[in-house]
Amino acid sequence: MKSLEELRALREKMKSQTDNRSVAGSDETVIKVGMATCGIAAGARPVLEALLDEAEKRQLHNVSISQTGCIGMCRLEPIVEVFKDGQKYTYIYMTADKARKVIADHVVNGNPCKEYLIGEN
Amino acid sequence: MFRSHILVCGGTGCTSGNSMKIYDALVDRIQKEGLEKEVHVTKTGCFGLCAYGPIMIVYPEGAFYSQVKVEDVDEIVNEHIIKGRIVTRLLYKETVGEDGTIKALNDTNFYKKQHRVALRNCGVINPEKIEEYIAYDGYEALGKVLTEMTPQDVIDVISKSGLRGRGGAGFPTGRKWQFAKNSVGDKKYVCCNADEGDPGAFMDRSILEGDPHAVIEAMAIAAYAIGSDQGYIYVRAEYPIAVQRLTIAIKQAREYGLLGKNIFGTKFCFDLDIRLGAGAFVCGEETALMTSIEGHRGEPRPRPPFPAVKGLFGKPTILNNVETYANIPQIILKGADWFASMGTEKSRGTKVFALGGKIHNTGLVEIPMGTTMREIIYDIGGGCPNGKKFKAAQTGGPSGGCIPAHLIDTPIDYDNLIAIGSMMGSGGLIVMDEDNCMVDIAKFFLEFTVDESCGKCTACRIGTKRLYEMLCKVTDGTATMEDLDKMEELCYYIKENSLCGLGQTAPNPVLSTLHYFRDEYEAHVRDKRCPAGVCKKLLRYQIVADKCKGCTLCARNCPVGAITGTVKEPHVIDPNKCIKCGVCMEKCRFGAIIKA
Repeated sequence: MKSLEELRALREKMKSQTDNRSVAGSDETVIKVGMATCGIAAGARPVLEALLDEAEKRQLHNVSISQTGCIGMCRLEPIVEVFKDGQKYTYIYMTADKARKVIADHVVNGNPCKEYLIGEN
Repeated sequence: MFRSHILVCGGTGCTSGNSMKIYDALVDRIQKEGLEKEVHVTKTGCFGLCAYGPIMIVYPEGAFYSQVKVEDVDEIVNEHIIKGRIVTRLLYKETVGEDGTIKALNDTNFYKKQHRVALRNCGVINPEKIEEYIAYDGYEALGKVLTEMTPQDVIDVISKSGLRGRGGAGFPTGRKWQFAKNSVGDKKYVCCNADEGDPGAFMDRSILEGDPHAVIEAMAIAAYAIGSDQGYIYVRAEYPIAVQRLTIAIKQAREYGLLGKNIFGTKFCFDLDIRLGAGAFVCGEETALMTSIEGHRGEPRPRPPFPAVKGLFGKPTILNNVETYANIPQIILKGADWFASMGTEKSRGTKVFALGGKIHNTGLVEIPMGTTMREIIYDIGGGCPNGKKFKAAQTGGPSGGCIPAHLIDTPIDYDNLIAIGSMMGSGGLIVMDEDNCMVDIAKFFLEFTVDESCGKCTACRIGTKRLYEMLCKVTDGTATMEDLDKMEELCYYIKENSLCGLGQTAPNPVLSTLHYFRDEYEAHVRDKRCPAGVCKKLLRYQIVADKCKGCTLCARNCPVGAITGTVKEPHVIDPNKCIKCGVCMEKCRFGAIIKA
């Protein structure tokens, strides 16, 4: 360890490994992927993996990504719920690419991806 | 990034409950399901709630599973990890509300009043991975100290924080460091006392097992402050997991250049070695500990000269306890004012206590100084089991004393405990209920000090032995009232004439019980009766003739044939044959056998 900067760089890198190791705070964005049998059958796992991967790439630390059980509208799966700024957004018919776009537009830049939201199509 | 973290307790308590098998089974199942990229399984240090081990937490839900068995792993993975349904059956019952809702762990009674500083990483990070410690601000304090502060700045911050030694005596840490800095010497040493010997105390072990890097970082900071380049951690060989994790931690710190030469690109060099103690209680005393590190028989020597002037190998040395060190990096990062804002005026910060004895929630708790004994025992510890009445709490192990029930509202800090005849000690807190005989307790601790006295000075070697014999006379019912006065006199003699802290504090359990529970001593001496029904020689089992149905069960179970009688007629116990084992009382279905 030659400098404090080196230590801090390592810490930033390691933070993504230990993120999610606490109960999400109120300032955190919580993302939940419906992963009951219906969700998994409709392809929820690649969606979840894409969300995790994208969050890690962008070094997002105030995001909690987890799974949840059946949300109830099995025909609209894979469903992703985003809880941000006290609001709940429900994205339907998700794919890995759409998931990456949600991270970029909604979670990072604060613009919900309207075209994927429930009730929009 | 992982969507879920499974933290399995790898402390000594949970490990002895097979938590490592649970860990292996989890890793195995997660791999079989192909979830290793999403779900991270980690072993951590102690969570503190040892009574409900093996413990495991699943994040981000924060589901706190307690008393988990290897067989439960499949259910947890199938339900919780794969389907996202928390297995309520296995949750710590305090986290489940009456309506089935799940409470956060920090809202449960055990954790609500706690404030974790020294234990902050225990149960959070994997102690065998330096990277995880770094992710939680590890080694930032060392970097800050080396690049932005002078040694005097460091000592000033520690002094201003009001931190006092957590090993027992409560000497101000900053002042200790200042003495060592001011001492002139071509070589100086930094030592860590991890020879935790008090029966029932295990906070130092848990810190070393759960967060070894905090101690290493703090020792490096101390070395910089006093101008040392070599440290020793003196740890008991009876702590295999702690020793193993320390060894791993030192190796990793060396690999990252956080120990060794030119740390953080500065001129500062520091390295650390482990020395194993062979299990002598006296080696927790500072001069004996250093004598032992030097390779000699662990015996104390008179002070002065104090270690800060002439310590290890005759050089200026500082010696601090594990818990003291664990506070240091936090104080450097958050400032002296932050630390001083916790606790009482003369005892700043928090203290870890090991709860044991007759209490529901056995385990480790860290609370701000000034918390009352009542809050610790009832609110956090859950009170005495089986509805028994709280009688006394023993703090400070064999050097401490008993705090009786009427002083339960005393705010705990160094000075208050001394004022009521006990001491902080390393923080063991043993709770006793109405079934404990106070004379017997004093005898237990004294037996320990008789065994552990190193024998160098007469007052301790012979004094404790004679005191122990007098206590035996009391519990045998052969003592006289004069013996009680003699005992008290001998206690003061031992305290005043012993060479080191072991002898100087050894009579404390006797003195405090004599002071607060003299009536129990007198009952033993005058009435030949043990009020708690513990001292065997003073016990007599009797059969109440009215209640006895003559079922012969007691007579058949008596191992020495002391009970006689014919079927359907009241039986009789022969006191000359009876060995007071209590089997008859346990077996009797009619409550006809009583202790008199």
